[in-house]
Amino acid sequence: MEPNIQADLAILIPEIVLAVFAMLALIGAVYSKKDDAAPVMVWITATVMAVLAIYVGVMESGTHVAFGGLFIDDSFSRFAKVVILLASAVVLIMSQEYMTKHGLLRFEYPVLVSLAAVGMMVMVSAGDLMSLYMGLELQSLALYVVAALRRDSIKSTEAGLKYFVLGALSSGLLLFGASLVYGYAGTTLFSGIIQTTQDGVSLGMLFGIILVVSGLAFKISAVPFHMWTPDVYEGSPTPVTAFFATAPKMAAMALFARVLYDAFGGAVGDWQQVLVLLSALSMLLGGVAAIGQTDIKRLMAYSSIAHMGYALMGLAAGTEFGVEAMLIYLAIYVTMNVGTFAFILSLERDGQPVTDIASLGGLGAREPAKAMAMLVLLFSLAGVPPMLGFFAKFAVFTAAIESDLFWLVVIAAISSVIGLFYYLRLVYIMYFGEEADELDSHAHPVLWGLLMISAAAMVLGVFNMFGVDTAASAAAATLVQ
Amino acid sequence: MLTDSILSIVTFTPMVAAVILALVQRGTDEAAQQLAKYYALFTTTVTFLVSLGILFQFDPSDTGFQMVEEGEWLLGLKYKMGVDGISVLFVLLTTFIMPLTILCSWEVKTRVKEYMIAFLLLESLMLGVFMSLDLVLFYLFFEAGLIPMFLIIGIWGGVDRVYAAFKFFLYTFFGSVLMLVAMVTMYAVSGTTDIVTLLDTQFSSEAFSVLGVHIIGGLQTLLFLAFFASFAVKMPMWPVHTWLPDAHVQAPTAGSVVLAAILLKMGGYGFLRFSLPMFPVGSEVMAPVVLWLSAIAIVYTSLVALVQEDMKKLIAYSSVAHMGFVTMGIFAANVQGLDGAIFQMLSHGFISAALFLCVGVIYDRMHTREISAYGGLVNRMPAYATVFMLFTMANVGLPGTSGFVGEFLTMMGTFQVNTWVVTVAASGVIFSAAYALWLYRRVVMGDLIKESLKAITDMTAREKFLFAPLIFMTVLLGVYPSLVTDIIGPSTAALVDHYDTALEAAKAATQVASH
Repeated sequence: MEPNIQADLAILIPEIVLAVFAMLALIGAVYSKKDDAAPVMVWITATVMAVLAIYVGVMESGTHVAFGGLFIDDSFSRFAKVVILLASAVVLIMSQEYMTKHGLLRFEYPVLVSLAAVGMMVMVSAGDLMSLYMGLELQSLALYVVAALRRDSIKSTEAGLKYFVLGALSSGLLLFGASLVYGYAGTTLFSGIIQTTQDGVSLGMLFGIILVVSGLAFKISAVPFHMWTPDVYEGSPTPVTAFFATAPKMAAMALFARVLYDAFGGAVGDWQQVLVLLSALSMLLGGVAAIGQTDIKRLMAYSSIAHMGYALMGLAAGTEFGVEAMLIYLAIYVTMNVGTFAFILSLERDGQPVTDIASLGGLGAREPAKAMAMLVLLFSLAGVPPMLGFFAKFAVFTAAIESDLFWLVVIAAISSVIGLFYYLRLVYIMYFGEEADELDSHAHPVLWGLLMISAAAMVLGVFNMFGVDTAASAAAATLVQ
Repeated sequence: MLTDSILSIVTFTPMVAAVILALVQRGTDEAAQQLAKYYALFTTTVTFLVSLGILFQFDPSDTGFQMVEEGEWLLGLKYKMGVDGISVLFVLLTTFIMPLTILCSWEVKTRVKEYMIAFLLLESLMLGVFMSLDLVLFYLFFEAGLIPMFLIIGIWGGVDRVYAAFKFFLYTFFGSVLMLVAMVTMYAVSGTTDIVTLLDTQFSSEAFSVLGVHIIGGLQTLLFLAFFASFAVKMPMWPVHTWLPDAHVQAPTAGSVVLAAILLKMGGYGFLRFSLPMFPVGSEVMAPVVLWLSAIAIVYTSLVALVQEDMKKLIAYSSVAHMGFVTMGIFAANVQGLDGAIFQMLSHGFISAALFLCVGVIYDRMHTREISAYGGLVNRMPAYATVFMLFTMANVGLPGTSGFVGEFLTMMGTFQVNTWVVTVAASGVIFSAAYALWLYRRVVMGDLIKESLKAITDMTAREKFLFAPLIFMTVLLGVYPSLVTDIIGPSTAALVDHYDTALEAAKAATQVASH
């Protein structure tokens, strides 16, 4: 086929626009008093992302392959990209007030977030081990820096460093696996790898697959590769934690699905057991370890580990509906987390951020609307109907049962009871716990709005899920053939 | 048009009203509180009146589902509602009890608006349970009801409310997630969540082994056990009943009333709607166990009730005992047993509600539920003594009250299946007379000695008004039970017929397979 650079580039327009925007912003910053312009910059970046999300979601259709298979633009990647872009945009506008108040709003912040978003977009569109790695590293490098954004805080620096070292380790594992896969398949292209895995997997290839899976499991913080998560969640500035908990999870999970189906689709039986184990361990540990937490950010870290376990369950099913369930799960999970972190960001006492769980005491009586929204989100996170979180769990349960993973579903059911306990504990503290010192009742309108919107979405989504299920089903259909 | 969607209208009226109340009302002063109370009372009364329309439209001779509504929902699920002879009276029980619970909460002072919202939401969710004809829709209503109840116990409850609320939520949720796994399995096997279709689906009953354990009845038994985990906790059956006394003691009076009168019935309803017709082989395999558990529950909890010092706890244990008759009747799986079980549930709905209200009346005055704090109330409260007497007798199962009919029918049904179980259960009836009459003696009879009781006043007009409908229903059903059995009869007969045919078909299939 005649390489057609122009046509190839046209497929990459959203990525190019965002990357160019980030670089222009950097250049612009050199010529301005940069930190003063940062608040405006945050809003501009968020707008660019939102526009791109609409462009990706509405304007494009069909499946396009660029650069000889390196880059795939299909409805699966578009679904993931829309979630990633919207989540990044929302997290950006959510963080603006907090970051300004605490002197953290440097010009680099929106730029780094955009670059991370570009990395994630490349990840979910990767059709080759090379572009996979490129996207993953672009994302990771940007994330290491934002984790350590609060340079003068030991915890934040520790978070950044820990994330970096463990991230580098996971990248190493991934690369090692990729080189093994290349060695046994003779190509780095997914479409080539899948042909060699179709008729049996050699031992070397199996090692490669498992190492790649391990590397990716790091990125989604699945047990036993989760150790960095609580510390990084706790140490990073809260808006950055919110970012970690949303967009990168979607990206890594989508990439996971892409690699498993596009490259190793012929060896479902081989990776299914690994995923079942990852999923079961994540759900159980995420549930049990969260019980003892006193810091809401650490609690959310364990909660996210557990949620990744549930999402992995959909992936472990190894079916088209499994992928659909995973996508639905993540879209709902991201929405819930945006609301939850908006709530956490709005917790302040005398202008200082509060993350201690006990400080929520008596909130139900003092600020009924805010507490009620959080209550909805907590029950949704726990998967109690009629909140949307229940349908997310229902979807992955169904997918797993259809693949005869009964034991996994039983474990998931038990973990969801354990998980319920700590979400209920938060409800208990808010509504009938001991009165804590009063928190500032002021909440920035943006946070307030996001909290209310995401809580309302959890309830109103019961009617038709806002069409997420149909989009996810179309996306899954293109990935799993 | 209006009558086409009467089920949805009845179900969602309280919910819509709750949302309006939440959004519109501001202020927490006396007038606003009063308004919220009247508003909730008005809404529940209107819901009851509209729900009477369901009864008028209902044709008892038709054993299928009636007034069915169907619509597309997300993830390929269906929004489907309908009632049959088994469910229609539970719907009416719910709408009947709710105005009374609002009325008995007239003395609530804290966070009245939220209180009323919680009860209105709860009503919608409970009604949804009895009407939904889609597995997931059922589960949605079934589970969502936990949230308002959790808050009702947790916010407006007694001293140990946190422990009780957690125990209530976690116990029931644990049972229910296992049911969810079973529901998902049924969906995967049959490809539908439509209850009407599932009722005619034969799930495999071929025996297999799990982890070396040989399972007779195979998939059906496993599904049965998963549903059993949920309904047995909800019911509650011995030995998973321990959440109920805690929840009852800590819940406010209205919460106890709803819990005893309606929420417990969901377990029995679940057995009738799912376990028996959908897993006949599983039910048959497990029936002896359930029958014995019921018999143990009746005797054991009656004995436990005997030594209680807290009135509410005593009535809570008595509820567990009475629910034992229900499970016994259901798993006798014959017409008398099923009729008796439904009758017992309805009658217990009125009687237990009334008994908790009786406790509420004196609790509102003395702020204690200790039996030893009372005595000789008859001297100051003659009207109260009469009402309490009536419901004590109904609770014991005196002929002429509705309590008798249910116990008699269930025992008659079970007698045909297992004589020993009935013998044990019948001795429980004697114990129930013992604890109920002894309670009455200690609280109401004798001389009024205690100083603190000297100034106690008899029931107010509101309280008398509260009991009137319950007295009416208890006596009416006691002397004219065919009012109920005429409505449920054809449906239960069809259910028993369906159960027997399915069993025979399964037996024939295994015989063919073994040859």
